[in-house]
Amino acid sequence: MANPKITPELIAKHGLSPEEYEKVLSILGREPSFEELGVFSVMWSEHCSYKNSRPELRKFPTTGPSVLVKAGEENAGVIDIGDGWAVAFKIESHNHPSAVEPFQGAATGVGGIIRDIFTMGARPVFLMDSLRFGSIEGDSKQAKTNRRLFAGVVAGIAHYGNCIGLPTIAGEVYFDESYSGNPLVNAFCLGILRHEQIARGAAEGVGNPVFYVGAETGRDGLAGAAFASRELTEESKADRPAVQVGDPFREKLLLEACLELLATDCVAGIQDMGAAGLTCSTCETASRGGTGVEIDIQLVPQRAKGQTPYEVLLSESQERMLVIVKKGQEDTVKQIFEKWDLPYAEIGVVTDDGQMRVRNGDEVVVDVPARALADDGPLYSREAAPFTPPAPLDLASVPQADPLKALPSLLAHPSIASKRWVWRQYDHMVRTGTAVLPGSDAAVFIVREANKILAASTDCNAIYCKLDPLVGARIAVAECARNLACSGAVPIGVTDNLNFGNPHKPENFYQLRAAVEGISEGCRAFNVPVTGGNVSLYNESPAGAIDPTPTISMVGRIDDAAHLTTQAFKGQGDQIILIGETGSELGGSHYLLAIHGRKEGAPPVLHFEKEIAIHHALLGVIRKGLVCSAHDCSEGGLAVALAESCFGTEFGASIDLGETGQRADVDLFNESQGRIVISVSPSNRSLVESELKSSGVSFRFIGTVTAVPDLSITTGASVYTWPVRDLNDTFEKTIPSLMEG
Amino acid sequence: MRVAVIQFPGSNCDTDCQAALASFPGVMAEIVWHKETSLTGYDAIVLPGGFSYGDYLRCGSIARFSPIMGAVRTAADSGVLVLGICNGFQILCEAGLLPGTLLRNNGLLFRCENLQLRVENTDAPFTSVLHEGQVLDIPIAHGEGNYFADPETMKQLEANAQILVRYCDASGNVTLEANPNGSLGNIAGICSHGRNVFGLMPHPERVCDPILGGTDGRGIFQSMIEWTASHDAKK
Repeated sequence: MANPKITPELIAKHGLSPEEYEKVLSILGREPSFEELGVFSVMWSEHCSYKNSRPELRKFPTTGPSVLVKAGEENAGVIDIGDGWAVAFKIESHNHPSAVEPFQGAATGVGGIIRDIFTMGARPVFLMDSLRFGSIEGDSKQAKTNRRLFAGVVAGIAHYGNCIGLPTIAGEVYFDESYSGNPLVNAFCLGILRHEQIARGAAEGVGNPVFYVGAETGRDGLAGAAFASRELTEESKADRPAVQVGDPFREKLLLEACLELLATDCVAGIQDMGAAGLTCSTCETASRGGTGVEIDIQLVPQRAKGQTPYEVLLSESQERMLVIVKKGQEDTVKQIFEKWDLPYAEIGVVTDDGQMRVRNGDEVVVDVPARALADDGPLYSREAAPFTPPAPLDLASVPQADPLKALPSLLAHPSIASKRWVWRQYDHMVRTGTAVLPGSDAAVFIVREANKILAASTDCNAIYCKLDPLVGARIAVAECARNLACSGAVPIGVTDNLNFGNPHKPENFYQLRAAVEGISEGCRAFNVPVTGGNVSLYNESPAGAIDPTPTISMVGRIDDAAHLTTQAFKGQGDQIILIGETGSELGGSHYLLAIHGRKEGAPPVLHFEKEIAIHHALLGVIRKGLVCSAHDCSEGGLAVALAESCFGTEFGASIDLGETGQRADVDLFNESQGRIVISVSPSNRSLVESELKSSGVSFRFIGTVTAVPDLSITTGASVYTWPVRDLNDTFEKTIPSLMEG
Repeated sequence: MRVAVIQFPGSNCDTDCQAALASFPGVMAEIVWHKETSLTGYDAIVLPGGFSYGDYLRCGSIARFSPIMGAVRTAADSGVLVLGICNGFQILCEAGLLPGTLLRNNGLLFRCENLQLRVENTDAPFTSVLHEGQVLDIPIAHGEGNYFADPETMKQLEANAQILVRYCDASGNVTLEANPNGSLGNIAGICSHGRNVFGLMPHPERVCDPILGGTDGRGIFQSMIEWTASHDAKK
């Protein structure tokens, strides 16, 4: 089949602007071949080049004494955790594929992030995910679609993670109209490695052979990177061939083979084939190595006959790796691939001329400077719309709901309700390290081989980000750190997934810029580096852009198993203390959204200094062994936090907030930041109080854990009492009944 | 005691089983690749959980043709202890070393959660240190754990007391609500007629360390260790 002629229409179809095409012409000094046009198209897509976001991303703090591999250098950042051990971790989105094919879209999202981790030489040890869908309530066509997307995404994550044998131990799921038609699927993976095992994705050593290993290349996922860099439209279903098909079994074999291979001294460089497949892996390894790479398409293992060079180059077939082998060591490499029954082929060689050259037998179809393609893509400084921070919510405009009814309604809001239906489908115990099961503030995982305890949390309140992106992003970082502190952990690093709308629209670009600013402030405040992440723009459906969603995943370290703390109350008579100050705001709260149907006002204020002091004070009393349970107040405020601490126990709680001078709905449901509910044994109460006092943080004693299984909250003269069993039923049954009827 | 933990392509609980076994004094647990053909010198064999061959075609149906399975059969015939956990149970059924089969969960979804099992019989090398009626907290993690056999086989299993553990509630009652997958008779695990081959869907290796939330899995491994020791003494 003859290649089509390069026309302005074909260029536009490849998503290249006339200016970008001019740049291609000047780099090549000639008209590109059809294959070269495809190669530039995917490499210069937002997904691969970050052309709209890179100038912003440079603002992140990325350095620190524990950083072994910095953000952007390799497939994932690497952080030292002591004793010669390190962690590699990253979060990545698969939003667009999941919108058109939820099961495979989510599955391959998980597969992709796992590959990023083992490409670094790390053994993956656990997964998390951050998911967002439109409303799943009601009988509308849209709600049915959202339920189908939700069920499909969860099943896809379960399919891939369970089969490959990695526990999915934490995550978050939110439901909001802004994600109707454009769900968010962000998958996180963490791996562990020795310092000396860090593998590089560089094509080192001129003359070294280039091996292809893994699944055969097929026509799936053609130009998926370019697809992911467009808005979703009614016609996006036609892009379904741009979604890849995952094979977790192949990936398990590839994972074990690569780790076995990297334990030898045969590998000069290794790179997975993710977005933009063979194209991206060859030109990136060459660019990083300061070398060139020459490959022959005809040598690539192929699933279907008659594929054109264009298709082979742009396929995003999954479970494939490019390995640069040290010359003379080929036989060892072949033996390992054969042991694991993996297809492989020697497809090319490292050259010294800096070119990415692709031959189809005798014919050269691509011959472009690798660096220009990988690193010298276009960069845009987009226009950000001016933004006026929202006025605080006028409380007088909010009628006071009956707290007795409001608490069950909040617990039945799908965003707050138990996600057991989700995580029960994930194997969250394989690898026998899960010390805190999903559903608590942070996941805690024991890495046996390294004798280390890690904690991880993923958070983003997109309502806050919608109302004020700067404040919302700060809070996302602070909430992650707070969740870690509640588990007894100290943060060591952050990876972020920036999910936004089309950056050409100035209001969207402002959101991106402000969120990056907020995350940067947060990371500096908590002294944690950003070790990498992912940007997903063009998250728009015909109804408009999603709420800005800068998902934060934070990893922490727990020094001693004795410090491990969970949110559930532990014993009758334990004393309940609320750390932090309660304000009078209701703006951006889930109470306002779920009960009053309003998404407005200013999000709660965040004071970094106070927040940090609270985390330090909490960790101080945890380390002294004085804390029985700790749980932060987030969506739904104090009342929801107290109810959650009762769940899964036989206890209730008797709370007296005293005369607060505020409305009961503010007392119970406001979302003031930096608040943590802890319980301590009666004998330790005075010691804890004096410790907290000397730390200078605000706190107050609010009640007692009771044998009577009721949650009772007194505020002023009003007493509100709920049987815990009823609240728990509502909390647990909401999602199963929506999904299973 | 030397234990072989078989590693099939797609096994993913192999190192978990190895670590759980190694936590018992005097136990040496070694990973054995499925392309090996001999298992001489091992006192017990564990077929771990996972997704051997990606569960393609049918769970366990390809793994049973792995080269190592000849040696597993020879060992089983000679009385060596063979424990199949989750996918290992499925492989033992496919290989005909245990009767019956494991169908898709009746709820159609994969389920991972802590559950209770009632010990039905202690006259087996895998339950000898436990007591009849004892309730164990051991988690499951499977999509195909719905035990099924024809009425004749079920009658045999009951008559020979081959059903070693059933799903039950926290008080030890075997109820419909306590059945997570639709298994006939709430069956969670059965042994062979010779009692030296045991397959179960729950994962005892996941509850062998208090920091992971429990130690109820240890009794099964402890039984195997004590049985082997007394067996060796008799020899």
